[in-house]
Amino acid sequence: MKFGVVIFPGSNCDHDCYHAIQVSTGKPVEFIWHQETSLDGFDAVILPGGFAYGDYLRTGALARFSPVMGAVKNFADKGGMVIGICNGFQILTEAGLLPGALMRNNNMKYICKFLQLRTETTDSPFTNRLSKGQILNIPIGHGEGNYFADEDTLKELEDNFQVAFRYVENPNGSIHDIAGIVNKGRNVLGMMPHPDRSSEQLLGSSDGKLIFESMVNALAGAGR
Amino acid sequence: MKATIIVTLKPTVLDPQGITIQRSVQSMGLSEVSVIRQGKHFDVHLADGTSPERGKELVHRLAKDVLTNPVIEEFRIEWEQKK
Repeated sequence: MKFGVVIFPGSNCDHDCYHAIQVSTGKPVEFIWHQETSLDGFDAVILPGGFAYGDYLRTGALARFSPVMGAVKNFADKGGMVIGICNGFQILTEAGLLPGALMRNNNMKYICKFLQLRTETTDSPFTNRLSKGQILNIPIGHGEGNYFADEDTLKELEDNFQVAFRYVENPNGSIHDIAGIVNKGRNVLGMMPHPDRSSEQLLGSSDGKLIFESMVNALAGAGR
Repeated sequence: MKATIIVTLKPTVLDPQGITIQRSVQSMGLSEVSVIRQGKHFDVHLADGTSPERGKELVHRLAKDVLTNPVIEEFRIEWEQKK
């Protein structure tokens, strides 16, 4: 099994993700420059946090025009595992791989702190090592993490159990306390909190590791 | 040909930036300012010789597919009047 971490101009958690994959899974991991057009050989792709294209226009809006995003879309359409963390989540919504949008935090503050997430579904390759209701201690670091979707979209998300994580205490105004969602096919996860910043006890929590371990577990089940 | 594209949040979407500005100007004494909604303004110039039909089509496409996130925003286009 091989992980890939995409680097956009302005990504700044690429090395965090690379390191977190190494320490939490021991699996091979490689960087993928955003000009790449193929993801052949990868089993899982991470869109890391940061400020791709300086957050110009809208967060994530310009990253979706990077050549690699065509490959990411094909990869996801074929069932490949894609996880977007923070800015990566914003990019996935702008690219149409996940529904909804991430807006300015309702208190206008950039919030950087540890908080608690509640696991809402274990039926995904990202959460199969968790139990429903399990509380994870994972930090956020964002100014635009206020999840929004219209009523029809929200109903669909809830009816299909696509909400992966909710904030125990809502920090940013996210609708339905949403911290992370999966797509309908359940192979694409977007989340604002950073499992990459909480994959070893040295950093204050190793709960994020469970998400990466779940991904390895999912592929092991598929024989890889 | 020149066009201006104005992108605003949908009326149903909360605008924390607009609210913050509105509250701040209260302290300037501008108490009559009851609502501020923040938006974006893009000036777009088209190359000489672009046909009006083509120009309209591509400015609309630019506004709809790139400059606006349809989940939370809407847009309007203003064309510069020929002198």
